[in-house]
Amino acid sequence: MSTEREHDDGDSGRTGTFGDYGGQYVPEALMPALQELEDAYERYVLENEDGFMDEFRERMRDFGGRPTPLQRADRLSERYDREVYLKREDLLHGGAHKLNNALGQVLLAKYMGKERIIAETGAGQHGTATAMAAAHLDMPCEIYMGRTDVNRQRPNVYRMRMNGAEVTPVEAGSATLKEAINETMRDWATTVERTHYVIGSVVGPHPFPKMVRDFQAVIGDEIREQIRETAGRLPDSVVACAGGGSNTMGTFHAFVPDEDVDLVAVEAGGSSLEIDEAEGLAPNSATLSTGTDGVLHGAMTKLLQAGDGQIVESHSVSAGLDYAGVGPELSHLVETGRVTPANVDDEAALDGFHRLSRLEGIIPALESSHALGYLERAAGTAADGASGDEPRAEANDELGDLVVVNVSGRGDKDLETVLEETEKRDLEAAPDVEVFDQ
Amino acid sequence: MSDEPTEYDSDVEAAIRENHPALITYITAGDPSLEDTEAYVEALDRGGSDLIELGLPFSEPIAEGRTIQDAINRALAAGTTPEGFFELVDDLETEAPLLVMTYYNMILQYGDEPDVRPFVERAAEAGLSGIIVPDLPAEEAEPLRRACDDNGLDLVFIIAPTTEGERLDRIMSHVSGFAYVQARLGTTGARENVSGATHESLERLSEYDVPKAVGFGVSTGDHAAEIVEAGADGVIVGSALVDIVASSETPEAAVDRLEAKARELKRGARRGAETVTIDPEDAPEPEQP
Ligand SMILES: Cc1ncc(COP(=O)(O)O)c(C=O)c1O
Repeated sequence: MSTEREHDDGDSGRTGTFGDYGGQYVPEALMPALQELEDAYERYVLENEDGFMDEFRERMRDFGGRPTPLQRADRLSERYDREVYLKREDLLHGGAHKLNNALGQVLLAKYMGKERIIAETGAGQHGTATAMAAAHLDMPCEIYMGRTDVNRQRPNVYRMRMNGAEVTPVEAGSATLKEAINETMRDWATTVERTHYVIGSVVGPHPFPKMVRDFQAVIGDEIREQIRETAGRLPDSVVACAGGGSNTMGTFHAFVPDEDVDLVAVEAGGSSLEIDEAEGLAPNSATLSTGTDGVLHGAMTKLLQAGDGQIVESHSVSAGLDYAGVGPELSHLVETGRVTPANVDDEAALDGFHRLSRLEGIIPALESSHALGYLERAAGTAADGASGDEPRAEANDELGDLVVVNVSGRGDKDLETVLEETEKRDLEAAPDVEVFDQ
Repeated sequence: MSDEPTEYDSDVEAAIRENHPALITYITAGDPSLEDTEAYVEALDRGGSDLIELGLPFSEPIAEGRTIQDAINRALAAGTTPEGFFELVDDLETEAPLLVMTYYNMILQYGDEPDVRPFVERAAEAGLSGIIVPDLPAEEAEPLRRACDDNGLDLVFIIAPTTEGERLDRIMSHVSGFAYVQARLGTTGARENVSGATHESLERLSEYDVPKAVGFGVSTGDHAAEIVEAGADGVIVGSALVDIVASSETPEAAVDRLEAKARELKRGARRGAETVTIDPEDAPEPEQP
């Protein structure tokens, strides 16, 4: 990692803070493990001790399928009257960017002499990636997953089981990612001496947010190289969806020092941006756009919370974005204005899902579909099929002439949800879904 | 001990030292309602508690096992708020000093801006003697520590089975009130037996002259006896009491059972103290787990 970047991320040192965000707010029992992990991260990841990073890169290539392509999206480019490129993390082994981090952490756990892997999962993509990495590296693995997510992401539950992982449903609360994280932390606090907790995003206590970002930074590093090669310059804007923010930070990290490149983090607007404090519900997961500062799952960051500090239940049509927190570094980059937060609602995401499937032959994850929904909105009127001579909407200038969208994962896991949700709506880009029921 | 009464700076430390071996009880405020909690706290006080911890419920209780998680969910469903909690404490008149146990975000969010001071000031005004925060390690505790110092409250730190060496030294030098010795790795919850980790932890801590109370898993008078015998100055009991709240037919029945349980625990602790006849310096090697 170049030191130049370290300066720019606002990291102020030992306890791993990014401006006001980050830190280590965990039970005392876990503190020695975090110290041990920080030491291992510094030695193996930052200093390549024992050739750790060489082995990681080799496995990412041979097992993972890196580098992933940066593809010019011809019909989207035409539709939006600008160059649109897609970073194809959906083509990574397992079908999402999550493998970059999962393989990195499971390998690190192995170097550290840990005997057991645990992880939480929302969409099941992180759980799947962790189960695959654990099978690949021969480590026993247990995955916690909220009951709601078990029910809406069945294909991934099967895949985890196929790869030998134990999947433990969590029944508490809304039974989604937040509850799964709580339960994994409880397991970790009990078994910390021999177990490594593979956190699935750039969240949690230091050193997780930095370490996960570094494992994911390969996305942006590759984009930089690939776009220079194909377009001869850096993009005007880079767009990625944000749940916890790991594909976002992975995509953005290489571009943070390039002030001319706009970085847009697209969150789940759900069905509304309001929070119902009495019910403790947010019908969205738009933490960066609407959240307030607080401490959750080990870090100070932006949160969806009621005024008195209770964390509210979030919502998104996509399980992987359905989280009331967000990575502390992303909170910091939004606070300093380097990253622009945006959000689109469930409907726009579904529309984005169908549009990419129809126009480009790529079925994206519902998470990634939020980035595509944003592209449609920000790219403005050219989109409405109006004549090409119409001036671009004002929003166009924000995106610029050369746009990269990260397709963080593929949508096979989401087909059932998409059919069900599409039936309820009148979506421009959707096919007639009724035929599926015949 | 000499006959001269010692002056303590802290109510919490005094409550433990003067009532050695001390009983510290925990209950979740608002489970099933704040009115019931008032009666339960008074029952625990009558039963011989020397300190009482009141849980202010937080929606993400990561250090809690099933029993207290469920109690917290019941309390939240009943509409328990920080202000309701403080009003309960305003009304309580117990002999035992009261501590609040809650998660850091609850402390940070009290008041208009994220800041620990309004909570600490309100806690002091309500008559609380100290604060325990299971997700606040010593490294992050400076702002709360300062606010507590300025308002005469103790900030209690937890010592885990994994806390050793330099880290242990550093934390022990910060201890105010007492050191909360976590009996075993994991979360709160009543257990069948006392963990070997408890004996090891107490052995490791024996050279520090601060009151030590052991919690996480303690549920019977016999456990209390064993823990005090192993060198603890107090025992902390939570889940076993929350179980009583959850399983009693009526609040009146819970009141009686809580008082009786506190007596059993206090008697157990006393029994343990009587069998400690040897100087801790000559204590036998702790059992291997
Ligand atoms: C394909 C895909 N994209 C994005 C996310 C959201 O996570 P993050 O914001 O950490 O990238 C997930 C989470 O499961 C996912 O599966």
